[in-house]
Amino acid sequence: MWKKRFAALLILIIGIALGFFVYKSEPVGGHAPARPHFLTSYFDKHQMPFKLGLDLSGGTHLVYEADVSAIPQAQVSDSMKVLRDVVAARVNGKQVSGVLGVLEPLIQIKEGGVGAKGSEQLIVDLPGVTDVTQAEQTIGETPTLEFRLKSDKPAPPVQATVDEKGNVTLPMIDPYAQYISTGLTGRYLSSASVQFDQNTGAPYVALNFNSEGADLFDKITKENIGKTLAIFLDGQPISTPTIQTEITGGQAVISGSFTPQQAKDLASSLSYGALPVPIHLVSSELIGPSLGAQAMKDGVRAGIIGFLVVAIFLILWYRLPGLVAVVALSIYVATTLFVFKLMHVTLSSAAIAGFIISIGVAVDANVLIFERIKEELRGGRTVSDAITAGFDRAWLSIRDSNISSIITALILFFLFADSFVRGFAITFLIGVLISMFSAIVISRLFLRAVATKDQSRLTAFLFGSGLSSAKANVVTTK
Amino acid sequence: MFIIKNKFVFLTISAVIVLASIVCILVYGLKLGIDFKGGTLLEVNYTTSVPDTAAVNDVLAAHKLSDAIAQPEGASGFSIKSRPLAEGERTSLISDLSIGGQYPLTETNFTSIGPSVGAELARKAIVAIIVVVIFIVLYIAFAFRTVSKPVSSWKYGLIAIATLVHDLAIPSGVFALLGHFQGAEVNTLFVVALLTVLGISVSDTIVVFDRIRENLKNHVAPTFAETVGKSLNQTFVRSINTSLTVILVLLALFFVGPASTKDFALVLIVGMFFGTYSSIFVASPLLVLTEAWQEKKALAAKKK
Repeated sequence: MWKKRFAALLILIIGIALGFFVYKSEPVGGHAPARPHFLTSYFDKHQMPFKLGLDLSGGTHLVYEADVSAIPQAQVSDSMKVLRDVVAARVNGKQVSGVLGVLEPLIQIKEGGVGAKGSEQLIVDLPGVTDVTQAEQTIGETPTLEFRLKSDKPAPPVQATVDEKGNVTLPMIDPYAQYISTGLTGRYLSSASVQFDQNTGAPYVALNFNSEGADLFDKITKENIGKTLAIFLDGQPISTPTIQTEITGGQAVISGSFTPQQAKDLASSLSYGALPVPIHLVSSELIGPSLGAQAMKDGVRAGIIGFLVVAIFLILWYRLPGLVAVVALSIYVATTLFVFKLMHVTLSSAAIAGFIISIGVAVDANVLIFERIKEELRGGRTVSDAITAGFDRAWLSIRDSNISSIITALILFFLFADSFVRGFAITFLIGVLISMFSAIVISRLFLRAVATKDQSRLTAFLFGSGLSSAKANVVTTK
Repeated sequence: MFIIKNKFVFLTISAVIVLASIVCILVYGLKLGIDFKGGTLLEVNYTTSVPDTAAVNDVLAAHKLSDAIAQPEGASGFSIKSRPLAEGERTSLISDLSIGGQYPLTETNFTSIGPSVGAELARKAIVAIIVVVIFIVLYIAFAFRTVSKPVSSWKYGLIAIATLVHDLAIPSGVFALLGHFQGAEVNTLFVVALLTVLGISVSDTIVVFDRIRENLKNHVAPTFAETVGKSLNQTFVRSINTSLTVILVLLALFFVGPASTKDFALVLIVGMFFGTYSSIFVASPLLVLTEAWQEKKALAAKKK
């Protein structure tokens, strides 16, 4: 008896500790609490916030469809991975430079599956980014690198026109009209890296062309010795070197007045130049941060109110076992939230709903057990015998009734791999599994710890339910 | 037992509600949300003063979006549903919605889903429903494989399917009604809610069947009908209490939960209610009817 009570106390302490951890590891409004204490200072350093979905944190969700029609079937998967890395590099690049305030970008490939109709998709989640236009530009922009030759012809004279009223109109002038495309572009690059001049220490960008590009570069330099071969990035000349000799081997250098950081940025944006696969946006979603915060607040409130209402119902109807169930349920909630944190489960509105429903389902197992115990009591058993028998008999029902929920959750989890549905499925699944454990192990232990061999009216009342006590039930059924 | 004695009354009630639901679905149809059919949902919030709906509609018409629907949302917001918008269209629409800067606004929510993405999600939802139903039926057949007398196990499975249809039809009917009168739309969450109802309500039916199985083994009553009645007596408090707790948390979700899961909670509440009803008042009476019908056939065969 005392052993059981000790075990129950231990579980209670573990439950409280888990709840304390879940609560304390959540950052408080971004400010560290002022009280210096060894526990608080531990949690200041070891924050482990819940991972919030886009609909709660606010952010941008973009779905791109990749056009892989030009890519051989065998290489589709690899090119998609390259595409993902390129997009990730761009997003991270903007994040570093502070243009996009991304908290934790999530970029996923969605395989088109088998069949000709399957389309490859790239899904980009940018929490905290609420400027869709900026986000789209970051991902979609392709830095264009181009080599242009300066023509010998002077720029054509500008024709100004004067109308009757004396207004002078100047035509739009392309300041770089003298530079003529050579056809050599960033498409022919195989790599770009930052180097430093051994004499001056000035940074420059070294380019490596692929074999096709090397041939083209060779031809251009051979035919145009003495001319200026300008390097244009996004339509602006960044370097205007003069061709001294024919260059073979496909290597070129962009030198200019770069800072090391500029050289590095240029090299990386050139190596990640064009996207390997053309993409176009098929769906986008923006959730304003205030809307997300409201949804979060409402979800937490619904969870707390739901829990309280269920707790009141359980205690009023099932009395002492009901109270035990509420304690077990509280430990269940603490454990489940702890598992969510540990597994980095992404919490969205749907996921919170899944968890809230699982609280309702968790009660199910307890109710099954209590009803069984009541029946055993009516059959004339003592309280502690009835508890043992009740648990044994209820287990099959609990197992069978939870399996169908588990099947549903698993199917939803695997079918909707990329959708918020997965968030619902995972919280519901974890909830159902932990609830089975909670009913079978925790409720049983606690009930046994409070059970007595006593047959007094008080015991009968405490273990009774609804409108009648356990004793009264014995009388009415006879 | 009361329920078994009055089984025809309860079965008739169910049949009428299911028929009414099917009629609602056929007459009103289910309104598909943008995540299935593709389209744009734009929500804006006016920071100082709010223009009237006519002004917003004028802006929409100027953008050749006359089929778009603008609805006031809350005190200072508008939600606009339209065909998918390109990025340029979106930015120009938002700036025009301020009506020449007269009504400053912020964009709180923007969702644009291409028709191909929607079609794929719809296909997935249908696959999900089919796969869940198949697995649950298989599971029931497996769970009751040892029960064969007097009603064979596959008939338990068939009856469970009948209650599944019941449990799916009624919330869908309610949603068709809501769609017609309140503009509620069928989206992914709706499908998830239906499947969750399936999972939970089947488990309810299984608990009742489980008790029947146990009581048959222990020969607690002389006839099959009485055994079923007794099993129901033993389980219905539990069935009602467990559904009640789930419905209680769902009510909390419906009344104070996030706006995005309100319809979801409603489908689940309706589904849970009728799911519990079906496991008590439909599944078991059907089981008794099946047995009675088998008996009748056996007697007729003997007479010949």
